[in-house]
Amino acid sequence: MPEFVLPEVIDDFLFTYQNLVYSLGIHGLLALSMYVVLAVGQLSLGQAAFMGLGAYASALLTLKLGWSLPAALAGAMLIPAAAALIIGSPTLRLSGVYLALATIGLGEVQRLAFVNSDFTGGALGLSGIPTKAGLVSIYGSLLVALVLLVLVARSKIGRAMEAMREDELAAGALGINLPAYKLGALVASAMLAGLAGGLNAHVSSFISPNDYGFDAAVTILSFALLGGLGSPFAPILGAVILTLLPEVLRSLANYRGLVSGSIIVIAVMFMPRGLLIWRMGRIGVSSRRPS
Amino acid sequence: MSAARLSLTHLTIRFGGLAAVDDVSLSVAPGTVHGLIGPNGAGKTTVFNLVSGLLAPSSGTIMLDGKEIEALPSWSRAGLGLARTFQNIRMFAQMTALETVMTGMHLRMKAGPVASILRMGRFRTEESAARDRAYEILDLVGLSQSAQLRSGDLPYGDQRRLEIARALALEPRLLLLDEPAAGMNPSETQQLEDLLGRLKQQGYTILLVEHDMHFVMRLCDEITVLNFGRKIAEGRPEAVRSNPQVIEAYLGTRVAKSLAGGS
Ligand SMILES: Nc1ncnc2c1ncn2[C@@H]1O[C@H](COP(=O)(O)OP(=O)(O)O)[C@@H](O)[C@H]1O
Ligand SMILES: [Mg+2]
Repeated sequence: MPEFVLPEVIDDFLFTYQNLVYSLGIHGLLALSMYVVLAVGQLSLGQAAFMGLGAYASALLTLKLGWSLPAALAGAMLIPAAAALIIGSPTLRLSGVYLALATIGLGEVQRLAFVNSDFTGGALGLSGIPTKAGLVSIYGSLLVALVLLVLVARSKIGRAMEAMREDELAAGALGINLPAYKLGALVASAMLAGLAGGLNAHVSSFISPNDYGFDAAVTILSFALLGGLGSPFAPILGAVILTLLPEVLRSLANYRGLVSGSIIVIAVMFMPRGLLIWRMGRIGVSSRRPS
Repeated sequence: MSAARLSLTHLTIRFGGLAAVDDVSLSVAPGTVHGLIGPNGAGKTTVFNLVSGLLAPSSGTIMLDGKEIEALPSWSRAGLGLARTFQNIRMFAQMTALETVMTGMHLRMKAGPVASILRMGRFRTEESAARDRAYEILDLVGLSQSAQLRSGDLPYGDQRRLEIARALALEPRLLLLDEPAAGMNPSETQQLEDLLGRLKQQGYTILLVEHDMHFVMRLCDEITVLNFGRKIAEGRPEAVRSNPQVIEAYLGTRVAKSLAGGS
């Protein structure tokens, strides 16, 4: 994917903070992927696993088959989508914690598979992935994902999703097909997380199985819980704060797990609607009574 | 014989050893208001949960307009025209009252996902028609002044009426109302009675669970009485009111309550 030539000031800034800038965009995508599942009232702890699937898929597609970045990123979305269909179809017919449990399982099975397979480079992972992704592909993806999710949230689909999240029984009794919506949301979220993984693989050139474990899943969850679910902007805010925080407070960098864990506890107990409680309108000003 | 809007035959559900609904048969004729009464714990809400698909019966059948529905999930039953309210109010607390009612039109809105997401002409037309209809329904239940308020912020009685409005948005063939007057003051109860009277006039078919006996006696064409999960009486209000078994069931609970130190 072609990169624009950037002015020198920005270029210098990027050189210093390149990884941080990339991380912000990728974490934004991950936060959106978490948002999509939580927005229908489900809990997935598989976002890191979907990300890992996307990272490995796109890395292998470029390394072994020489695919271009856009094609590899398409693979990074479709393979996690297939995994989401497989684990979502049986578990989403049931309500409650089944999805959360199944996705924890997915993460572990996948980590063990990557560690034990030579094809995926075993415990060392894959290196030498061409660094073809960059600002344009990352922030372009983030922008497209954000615009799409804003449009969905403002549509009748968004209304059905909000109804499910507020009261699943009442939503079902109004004719909202609960399993279909949940499965659709899980597949969309797997695609977003896979895309984030593909981009991540193609900016860092090196990936290993342990990058996508339970810790990462909890961190991704904390993005959305801190930000909130009132609009797709909220989880991105959460991701930005939690990505910048360890940079600003260097001493925190070693306690990432502790920080994201505490955020989850605090968010659940004291701010169940997150930091950005603004709820995006749906019918807007036109909802005034027609005279 | 199968002209009934709803018919239950030998409907039974057991929770462990307890038969919460025990061999209940009843049928609701189109255009009537049918009362389902009985002491607390008699199994009325459980009947509603069975009919609306939140619970699966241990045995027996449920027919809506002559079609067996007991194997269908709740959202498919809604598609066949079944709508309900809940004894313990279930609100979409963050939505405005207007949007809550529009949620009830989910199945009526036919614009596909692409059209809705991209806000194409068809979606916009449908959305604004739905909004106009939602205002009409809010008018009908007397809540149009509250259209732009958050559902969760409405007073209790208004939330009950909003649940009815949301159910009406489905254009139901059968409306199940679970204690719609619970927690309402006398003037709210009077308003509710007027509303249900209007719905009856408009030809709605209603299965009504309600504790306020005067309310039930005035509104209902037919009444079925449950006690401990079993049907103990049915018939026209006058007949049910003077049925000795019914009197005993109600008296029994009152005696039990006074023994337990209640009112
Ligand atoms: N999901 C359930 N699990 C176990 N017991 C239940 C369940 N639902 C209802 N019951 C029991 O069934 C009986 C009937 O309850 P319910 O239908 O709520 O009565 P009513 O609405 O007539 O007051 C009660 O004894 C109640 O405890
Ligand atoms: Mg009840």
